[in-house]
Amino acid sequence: MVPAPAYLALSAVLFTLGAVGVLVRRNALIIFMAVELMLNSVNLAFVTFARQHGSIDGQVAVFFVLVVAAVEVVVGLALIVDIFRSRETVDIDDVDLLRG
Amino acid sequence: MVWPLLGWLTNGLIGRRLSRALAGELACVTVAASFVSALGVLLAVRPAGATDAAVSIVIPLFRWLGAGDLWIDASLIIDALSLVMALVVSGVGFLIHVYSLGYMADDPDLPRYFAYLNLFMFAMLLLVLAGNLLVLFIGWELVGVCSYLLIGYWFARPAAATAGRKAFIVNRIGDAAFLLGLFLLFTQLRTLDILQIRDGAPHLPEGVRTLAALLLFAGATGKSAQLPLHVWLPDAMEGPTPVSALIHAATMVTAGVFLIARLDRLFLTAPVALFVVGIVGALTAFFAATVALRQYDLKRVLAYSTISQLGYMFVAMGALAPVAGIFHLVTQAFFKALLFLAAGSVMHAMHDVIDMRRLGGLARPLRWTAGGFLIGVLAIAGVPPFAGFFSKDLILEEAFALGLSTGNFLPYALALVTAFVTALYMTRAAMLTFSGRPAEAAAHPHEAPPSMLVPMTALAALSVGGGLLGARVAGEPLVEFLAPLIGVKAGEGAVVHPPAGLLVGISIAVALAGIVAGIAVHRGRRDPALGAIAAFLERRWYIDDLYDAVIVAPGRALARWLAGPVDLGIIDGAVNAVGRVLAAVGRAARRLQTGYARQYALGVLVGTLIIVGYWMLR
Repeated sequence: MVPAPAYLALSAVLFTLGAVGVLVRRNALIIFMAVELMLNSVNLAFVTFARQHGSIDGQVAVFFVLVVAAVEVVVGLALIVDIFRSRETVDIDDVDLLRG
Repeated sequence: MVWPLLGWLTNGLIGRRLSRALAGELACVTVAASFVSALGVLLAVRPAGATDAAVSIVIPLFRWLGAGDLWIDASLIIDALSLVMALVVSGVGFLIHVYSLGYMADDPDLPRYFAYLNLFMFAMLLLVLAGNLLVLFIGWELVGVCSYLLIGYWFARPAAATAGRKAFIVNRIGDAAFLLGLFLLFTQLRTLDILQIRDGAPHLPEGVRTLAALLLFAGATGKSAQLPLHVWLPDAMEGPTPVSALIHAATMVTAGVFLIARLDRLFLTAPVALFVVGIVGALTAFFAATVALRQYDLKRVLAYSTISQLGYMFVAMGALAPVAGIFHLVTQAFFKALLFLAAGSVMHAMHDVIDMRRLGGLARPLRWTAGGFLIGVLAIAGVPPFAGFFSKDLILEEAFALGLSTGNFLPYALALVTAFVTALYMTRAAMLTFSGRPAEAAAHPHEAPPSMLVPMTALAALSVGGGLLGARVAGEPLVEFLAPLIGVKAGEGAVVHPPAGLLVGISIAVALAGIVAGIAVHRGRRDPALGAIAAFLERRWYIDDLYDAVIVAPGRALARWLAGPVDLGIIDGAVNAVGRVLAAVGRAARRLQTGYARQYALGVLVGTLIIVGYWMLR
């Protein structure tokens, strides 16, 4: 039995990796994957706490997160494909039409 | 009353599509219908006997509006006073409608004219029949609007448009006072119903009665062109002549007199207010008559004589004799409308030339018009047996009686002098216009068409015979008819009756003297040189100039100051400053929006951390 703090530590590490990835990468696909990483780290934390407290609430929340993440992937990938078609790039620093 | 409203709606909405002749005839028919209706009501009421005529029939229409304990019922009153007024208004109105058919025949915008005229008839009938002061006020304002619309009917002419505005604005001053009077009455009596006010007014405190009466009288001075709010009426002559005859001589301007007669119990129990009414009326009568001596525009002479005659009516009101005032109102409606229509006929014949210095010798080509004008002159001068004699004489007697009972002979003296001056200036107008050699050889005067002559003939007949309505020899039917209703001399002791014969003799002598003097002075068709006095009269006692200097010029300066430094400097400056600050903030904030999504993400992360940190440390 692996102790709960280990799961939480892994969750925190994964979240940090995701956040840093979002901040430093320029490729939209990579950023997208980093966001997914953050979501799953949160899922891990949810499950950990649910098990620790013997409650089912956290697992229910995970299902919601999974569903929302799936939907988000569909919309996000569609956007990225569309941007690539129109601008021949997925570098988000080049997509700056709204710059002030 | 509904008939002219229908006419207005039809002519106003679809008038353009109707043929021109149809529009005019429709308007005439609707007014004739209301005259017949009023006559029918009169005949229905009359056989019931003189005592029953005092009974007021109230026709409630609908509950108009209510707020708190203010409940306004739209209702009509039919009694002797409103019937007489309705008959005069619709009768004279009908004749003038017919006259307009001829006079305005060449106007391109005929349906609009008749729509206004019909709207006016509706409003005036609403005013005289109103059973509630607020309804009366609605009619009062509506006739004001119609007056404005009709004065400025030829709105392409700057003078007409300005005159319309002037009439509207000057009236507004009086209307404000009128409205204040209404408020005061309502706060004291909790009602605006005329009958309830009549019953309740004598029980009010003296000060309240006086104040209310004075405020309402101020409203009346605006509408009836008394000093000091008379300035709009002479300018109102810019409108079409039938309008001058209908609105600014026969009907609308008498609304103020009617108002006082309507609320006679309020006024008769407020001696101070009555004193003011009498003095203002007498001063106005005298002032306007003297000014009329030195005007060259024929219609302006008539306008000033209207002001003067209205002054007479207020003298009658001030002399505790509303019946005499209403009597004079009726006869004045006849002969003044006649004079105006004759003047309009002259304009029609002379291609709108109205300056009397350019007229002359028109008696021969315009035989009918001249005859009508002459009858009007004799009537207004007060020569028996014309209508004006009886009514004016009745007022003079009452004014004399007032002098006997209160020692205040000023109204009588002024009225008597005015009678002389009236005869003088009317003779002058007639001489300058109709006698002597034709001053304008180029113009070929032609007599008016029958549609103009017939109404003039009818009015001439009324001017001759209308006096019998109140003549002592005929048993004073009008006075008998009205007396039970109004003129209840509350709290007055026995009125001293003056020697009637002597007074009648005096007034006839004065009138004849005025005419003779007029003929003698103006035989040479020139005004006697009077130097400063003439200039004084010609500038209308400098009252218009005074208003220009005291009110209009400072008003202009104020407006210029407000438009310049205040509006451009402060208000626009404030608005522009707000705009400039916002623009600067926007320019500064624009730098934040770099277009790098990762910066935004960093911002989100930092913000989240700050919030989380705040919650954890709390």
